[in-house]
Amino acid sequence: MPLLLAYSLRNLRVRKLTAALTAGGMALVVFVYAAVLMLDSGLRQTLVSTGDDANAILVRRSAEVEIQSMVDRHQAMIIESAPQVLTGADGMPLVSKEVVVLIALPRRGSEQLSNVLIRGVGPAALTVRPQVQITEGRMFRPGSSEVVIGGALSGRFEGVGVGTTIRFAQRDWQIVGRFDAGGSGFDSEIWGDSGQILQAFRRDAFSSVVVRLADRAGLDALKERLESDPRLTIEVKRERLFYEEQSRLLSSFIRVLGISLSALFSLGAVIGAAITMYAAVASRQREIGTLRALGFRRSSVLFSFLAEAILLALVGWAAGLCLASLMMMVKVTTLNWTTLSELAFQFTLTPAIVMQSLVFALAMGVIGGFLPAVRASRLKIVDALRAA
Amino acid sequence: MSQWLKLVARNAMRHRLRTVLTLAGLIAAILAFGVLQTIVAAWYAGVDSAVPSRLITRNAISFMAPLPVSYGKRIRAVEGVRNLTYVNWFGGIYKEPRNFFPQLAVDAETYFDVYQENLISTEARSAFLRDRRGAIVGRKLANRYGFEPGDVIQLKGTIYPGDWELVIQGIFDGRDPKTDTSQLIFRWDYLNETLRIRSRAQAELTGFFVVDVTSADRVAEVSHAIDSMFRNSSAETFTETERAFQIGFMKQTETILVAVRIVSFVVIFIILAVMANTMAMTARERLSEYATLKALGFGPGYVARLILGESVVIALVGGAIAIALTPLAAAHLGGLTATLFPSLSVSWSTVALQGISALAVGVLAALLPMRRAASIGIVDGLRSVG
Repeated sequence: MPLLLAYSLRNLRVRKLTAALTAGGMALVVFVYAAVLMLDSGLRQTLVSTGDDANAILVRRSAEVEIQSMVDRHQAMIIESAPQVLTGADGMPLVSKEVVVLIALPRRGSEQLSNVLIRGVGPAALTVRPQVQITEGRMFRPGSSEVVIGGALSGRFEGVGVGTTIRFAQRDWQIVGRFDAGGSGFDSEIWGDSGQILQAFRRDAFSSVVVRLADRAGLDALKERLESDPRLTIEVKRERLFYEEQSRLLSSFIRVLGISLSALFSLGAVIGAAITMYAAVASRQREIGTLRALGFRRSSVLFSFLAEAILLALVGWAAGLCLASLMMMVKVTTLNWTTLSELAFQFTLTPAIVMQSLVFALAMGVIGGFLPAVRASRLKIVDALRAA
Repeated sequence: MSQWLKLVARNAMRHRLRTVLTLAGLIAAILAFGVLQTIVAAWYAGVDSAVPSRLITRNAISFMAPLPVSYGKRIRAVEGVRNLTYVNWFGGIYKEPRNFFPQLAVDAETYFDVYQENLISTEARSAFLRDRRGAIVGRKLANRYGFEPGDVIQLKGTIYPGDWELVIQGIFDGRDPKTDTSQLIFRWDYLNETLRIRSRAQAELTGFFVVDVTSADRVAEVSHAIDSMFRNSSAETFTETERAFQIGFMKQTETILVAVRIVSFVVIFIILAVMANTMAMTARERLSEYATLKALGFGPGYVARLILGESVVIALVGGAIAIALTPLAAAHLGGLTATLFPSLSVSWSTVALQGISALAVGVLAALLPMRRAASIGIVDGLRSVG
């Protein structure tokens, strides 16, 4: 068997051009496949990490995103006093009553406007969301027209940076700091004081209320208590689940489109592999005959040709994956169709994707190499030896 | 010449299995390329079908922020405005969240005067005006769910809480195939009247105004007049042409479009690799024949042309079959994704691009083998064993 493997390896080396072209075709297919999965996992990681398991978010019943929701002050007060809410060091409940508004800002270097999400947050916001850290400047002062911006925003929009002012809702807002939210969706947001944002946009109801749970398992009790309260028209969800749901529409679009494309493209690569292997079989008839005459079994011949195809696929897989891993340097910003605001994320390579693309490449190699290998193993010794 | 053609044709058919496999790959790739280009084009369909003399006035904050409906009267008074209607995105759920289609609350009196590309019968229109809970559905949407006039449907509001009952009063058709007929429209006054009771803060507001300007030359002037009228008011406006409005929306999802475009070119490279492989193999096997031809006195150019001819013939046949199949594939896909794309029709530029890329694949694939075959010495060639 080692002999046959060495034989396959040498054959690939002899037909460098052909082998390189076949593996190249497979590499491109693997690249598309892996890139799609990386894009999808990047999107989901960003949104999943936005939510925290220890938080619950309360929005109006049947609202899927915060911009559709309204929770008035009275309801917010009832929510605050629920016993399942964690109390902070100062004796106040750890609750952030938030208001979410979309504004259109010009992107750097173009006239095009993009939607940016402005979040008015309560004083406890940073305690409720420990993943958010101020990395530059300082937090806004409550009750002032100051805002802090997410890390992914700076540089993307015209005139948005620490120390500058931006104008919306007929006010100039001083940008006093920049925060890092660990690559989550908050990195694409602007945060300000919720009281000021409410006033500036002439609203008198919050969009959502985020509470820190005293006990992670307390969610069901909180849900039970608040959803059955006749004074409230809200829905309680775990924050992580809430944000994960926002990725579903875009994520399934990317997946469906990407996977059906890779399947179609792989047809091309499989055909390429099949052509190469058929040619290899045809030009080596005499050698096959000799091997069989020496006593190698049909199955050994079959495996040696299959191994050759798999080897080709492995080379293609490695090249394709290297190419795809370069995509990790690319930052993607796109409109999330569910929230209608811009979201920044990165291609993310995970071990699962490495394995999935390996399986995909191996499948291409096996499918492409199987029929030619069968033909090789079926050759009659006498005919094969006679062949020119 | 005829002899050359004969040789090319014979050569192409020598390895039937190989030629058929290569053809299959080519067809799949060129077909995928055409379908992807069509999808990208469909994405921009809204931009193409935008009416040049139509303006959209929205809240300057963003298109999610509403405007007071009372602005309509003041905008109507601006010189150069011929007609005006207002439209409000409803965003309700029909039975299940995955049954997505646009639902718009519109001003029933003026909507069809402004949106003249949405054709409706006079009876349906007057029925719509008579019934406050009336709704009109586009032809495509009606076909999708089997809606018929008289049907009562219920929508669950996401932005506007509660259940909303509507009675379908008619179906509108598109003036041309590009018109989007996958929407449902119903009366804004019905929405507003209910909101006054259920959710006061959301009442008396609309999403945006659609302004019909007397001529396309005046749009800049009119949009400026509208925006300066509301400057420093509680809700400043932002007015742009329908085309700019659509482009603005597209631009934000541009990353995905760019990705689809890139991927559509990647498939051409994949098939180029496959095709080049086929030709390299073919030429390699026939080196001794080429040497024989040369020994008989044919020049290196003739030999090279033989390879080029074979490659181009296979590529063009594959390309032609793929082009013929593209409209069928697009129509099938259009049926599956009726909600996403209003129209999936293959444009001439897509066909041209498919043809060009098939030709390019044929020529490029032949280059290396051509050089090799043309430059090989007679003696070496005669000695070589495939």
